[in-house]
Amino acid sequence: MTNQTPIKLAKDINSVTEGLLKSPFYVRQVEMNWAQAWFNWNGYAQASYFKDPYVEYFLTRNTCGVYDVTGMCKYRIRGKDAEAMLNRMVTRDVSKQGINKVAYNVWCTDKGRIVDDGTIFRFSQDDFRIYCAEPNMDWFTLASAGFENVSIVEESHDIAGLALQGPTSCALLRAIGLGAVENLKHMELGHFPFPADNPQGEIMISRTGFTGDLGYELWIENDLALTLWDALFAKANLYGLRPFGDESLDMARIEAGFILPEVDFHGAQHAVMLNHDHSPFEMGLDWMVNFKKPHFSGRAALLKEKEEGPARKLLKLDVAGEKPANNAILYADKKGKTPIGYVTSALNSPATKANIAYGLVEGKYLNGSIYAEIYYQKDLRWYQKFAICEIKTKPFWAPKRAKQTPPGNH
Amino acid sequence: MPNTTQQLQYDAIVVGAGHNGLICAHQLAKKGKKVLVLEAEPEAGGLAKGYEFSPSFFTSAVHTLPQLSKKLISSLQLEQHGFSTKQQVIPTLALNDNGQHISISKNTVDGVSEKDQKSFQEFTELMNQFSKTMGPFWHKNPPRIEDRDVSDLFTFAQFGWNVRRLGKEKMAEFTRVMALPSQDLMDEFFHNPLLKAALSWDFLVGNKLAPRSPNNAVLNQLLRNAGDLSGKQVYNTGAMPVAQVGQFINALVKSCESLGVSIQYNARVESVLVSEHKVTGVRLADGREMLASKVISNLDPKTSFQKLLGQQHLDIQFSHRINRIRDRGMVATVNLALNGLPKFNGVTDLNQRLLIAPTMSDMETAFDSAKYGELPEHPVMEVMIPSLRDETLCPAGHYVLSAQVMYVPYELKGSWETAKPKLLASIMAMLERYAPGISEQVIASELLTPKDIETKFNVRGGHWHHGEFCIDQWWVNRPTYGTNRYSTPMPGFFLCGAGAHPGGGIMGAAGLNAAREVLKND
Repeated sequence: MTNQTPIKLAKDINSVTEGLLKSPFYVRQVEMNWAQAWFNWNGYAQASYFKDPYVEYFLTRNTCGVYDVTGMCKYRIRGKDAEAMLNRMVTRDVSKQGINKVAYNVWCTDKGRIVDDGTIFRFSQDDFRIYCAEPNMDWFTLASAGFENVSIVEESHDIAGLALQGPTSCALLRAIGLGAVENLKHMELGHFPFPADNPQGEIMISRTGFTGDLGYELWIENDLALTLWDALFAKANLYGLRPFGDESLDMARIEAGFILPEVDFHGAQHAVMLNHDHSPFEMGLDWMVNFKKPHFSGRAALLKEKEEGPARKLLKLDVAGEKPANNAILYADKKGKTPIGYVTSALNSPATKANIAYGLVEGKYLNGSIYAEIYYQKDLRWYQKFAICEIKTKPFWAPKRAKQTPPGNH
Repeated sequence: MPNTTQQLQYDAIVVGAGHNGLICAHQLAKKGKKVLVLEAEPEAGGLAKGYEFSPSFFTSAVHTLPQLSKKLISSLQLEQHGFSTKQQVIPTLALNDNGQHISISKNTVDGVSEKDQKSFQEFTELMNQFSKTMGPFWHKNPPRIEDRDVSDLFTFAQFGWNVRRLGKEKMAEFTRVMALPSQDLMDEFFHNPLLKAALSWDFLVGNKLAPRSPNNAVLNQLLRNAGDLSGKQVYNTGAMPVAQVGQFINALVKSCESLGVSIQYNARVESVLVSEHKVTGVRLADGREMLASKVISNLDPKTSFQKLLGQQHLDIQFSHRINRIRDRGMVATVNLALNGLPKFNGVTDLNQRLLIAPTMSDMETAFDSAKYGELPEHPVMEVMIPSLRDETLCPAGHYVLSAQVMYVPYELKGSWETAKPKLLASIMAMLERYAPGISEQVIASELLTPKDIETKFNVRGGHWHHGEFCIDQWWVNRPTYGTNRYSTPMPGFFLCGAGAHPGGGIMGAAGLNAAREVLKND
C-alpha cells in the first residue's frame, strides 16, 4: 500500500513546544516523550509526563528517574553583605547555614506573608545561590537596598539541572564514577570533576529533591548537559532510570509533605484579594521562623501572629475512603453545614496506600472534626459524600533511606 | 558587656539641633526627661542657623516666618529668652522691569486692574477658608491607616467634617482645587501676568514644582498659611512676617538649656545603636557611644532610616517606600555683601519682599531647564535685604542681600565648578535688570546650589522640606504610612524633622507632635 499514513515517531511530534525555550536536555527528552504533553515553566518546555504519569511516579519510589529542573530560577548572591542581605530577607538564620549546605527558606512581605519559597545554596562565606520556582529578581533587588557590598545576578539560563530521584539514584551515580556523592548528607552539596574518567568540567551535586525519597540534584554547565544525560542513560536499564514529568512529581511531593506555590499557597505579590496570601505559620512552617536572629522582613507581623495564632492552617489530612479529595470543601460536620476550609492538594497515595490531602482550615476549627465533601464519578454519574479526615503531623512518605548516609546500594 | 545602668545617661537623644529637634528636646525636658541633643555643626539651627558667609557679613537661609504660631512661642517660653513676637509684617512687591510694580499686602493688591483687585478679594477669602479647614490638622498627629484605633477614625471624621463644613459648593471646590496646577488656578482668577506669577511663587517655592505641575500647589500654600503671626491662619502671600531668625534660634537654645537639655556641638551621629530589636543609643563619628532608650532624629527621613538606623533593621516594603521619597531640592540661595544700598527701579522702600518673576511662563521655562539638569537662562527669585531690619548682620553702611533662586537642579549635567560662576552671572544679570549698577556694589557673594545646601546644612537633596511636600507625601503618607506618627517600626526610634508631618518651614509642629508621641511611648 502506498497511501498509508505513516505513524509518527515521538521525536517527530514537537510542534507543541514551538516558541518555548528548550533546555539542554530537551533533545533527549523529546525522543522519549510519547505523550508530547508539554507545558510552559518559566519559558521552558516542560514535560507534564512522558508516557504514563502513574508509572513514572513509581520511578521515584522503586528505582530512579530524572526530572528536568533547568527551568528553576537561579540567582547568585555574592559579596561581603550577601549573608546580611539574605538574613534580612528570609525567616531562617542564614548565618547559621554552613558552607556547602542547602537550606529551604521562605521570604515574606512586611505583613509576614510569603512572597515565595526556595532553597539557598551556600558555596562560601560570601557566595550563595537561590533556587526558586518563580522569578524573584525584583524582590531580591528590593531586599538588597541598603547593602552596599552585594551583587545579584540571574543565572537561570546558565546552568542545566537534573533531579535524579529514587532509591537507586546513589548507586547509579556510583556507576558513572561519581561515588563520592555517597558522603553527602541530606541537604549538603559538593563539586566534582565531570566526566569522572576524563574531566571536561565540573558538576555540582546537592542531596536535595522534591520527592521525599533518596535523591540528588545535578547542576552542570549547559555544554556538558548532554554528556551527563548520556552517561546516566547508558546505565538506564540496570538502575531502572527513565525520565518523569510534572504530574508524577506532584504525586511524590504531596506524599513527601512539600507545599507548592500557587497551589498550596498564594504568593503575596500574586494575591489580588486582601488576606488571600499566607504566612509561614499558616503553611505549618513554624519551625522556619526564627525570632532570635537579627531583623528580617515581616518579623513584627509574624511575632504578632504567633501570639494571636494563625487565621488558618494547612493540615495534612488522611481522608477516609479511597476517593481522592481534590478541590473538596471542608466542613466541621458531616452534613456540610459549617464550611471551615478547602483542600489544596489531594492524592490517593500509591506508596502509603492512604487517601491523603492538604487542607487549609480556619484557625478556630483546627481542633474539631473535619469532613471533606468529595464528588466522585461512577459510569459518568456523579455522587457526593462526606469523608472524615484525620490530621497527620508527619510527612506521609519519609523512608529512612532518604536521609541515610552513605545511602544503601539499592 | 558594658554596664548599661552606668552608661544609660539619657532618657532621650535628639539627633540634630534644627528648630524641630530643639523644640522636641524642650518638650521632653519640660516633662522631666533627661535629654541630649547632638549637633554635627558647631552651631544650632539647621537650615535656620545664622552664619557668616563672608567676613563680617551674616545671613541665614530663612528670612520669613509665616508658619510660626503664637501658641508655640509661648509654650516654648521664647519671649522670656529674647525672642520678640512683635514681628514686622512686610508686603510683597512683584517687580516689573518698567517700574510698574505690583504691591501685595494682606487684603489688598495695588498696581492691577479693578477686576483683578476684586478677584484678589475672592481669592484670599477662598484661601482663608481652606486654611481654616486645614488649620487643626497641622498640629495634630496624623491618623494611621494600618492598625488604626478609635482616635485615628476620629481624626479622619474630623477632617471629613471640616471639609464638609465648607458647604457643598466650597467642599467640591476644595477637592477640585487641591491638586490643581497653580497656573490653572491663577488663570481662573486673574488677568495680570505679573500678578499671576507673583502669587504663584508661594504655591511652588521649595518644591519640585512649576506653575504647570499638578499635585500640590494649593497644599503647599496652605502649609505656609499655618502660622498666625500675621493673623489667624490666613492667606500669607502678601503679608509676610519676618524675623531675625537668629534671634529665634538663640531663644530656643536658651529655653532648652534652662530646662536642663544638654546640647553638644561638633557631634556628628554616625549610626543608631540597636540591640535585641530595640534602640539603645547612638554612635558618633568620633567613636563615642551615647546610650538612651529613645533616639529622635531631626534629620530627613532617608538619612534617618538609611544612614542612621540602617535598612537591615527594616522590613523590605517599608524601606522601599522610604527609598522612593522624592527629595531633590530646586532652590538655590544667593547672599550678596553690598557696600551700598542697591537702587531698584521704582522701589522706594526696600524693606519688602521683592519678587522677580515676570510671568508664569518664565517660571516654567526656568523649571524646564532644571528638570533636565541644566541651568535656567533667566532664573526667577525672591529678594530680601535682611540687614535693613537687623543691622548686626553687617558693618555700618553695608548691606546683605539674600535671594532664593528657582529653579536650580540638584544634579547638574556637567560640573558645578564651571556652572556656578555662570549661574551667579545670570542671577546678577537678572538683578541688574531691576537694580542697575548693583553688580558694582557687590564686595562678596555666596551661591548655594541644592547640592551645597545638602552639604552645608546636612539636608539630603538640599530640599527645604526634607522631602517633597505633596499630596502623596502628606499627612497619613508623610514620610510614608507606617511611620506617619513620628514613631517608626523600630521601637525607640522616632522622627521629628520636616520630613515628618506636617512638613517644612520654621513651624515647629513636627518637633512638638513628635515629643507628644515619644512621651506616649514611654
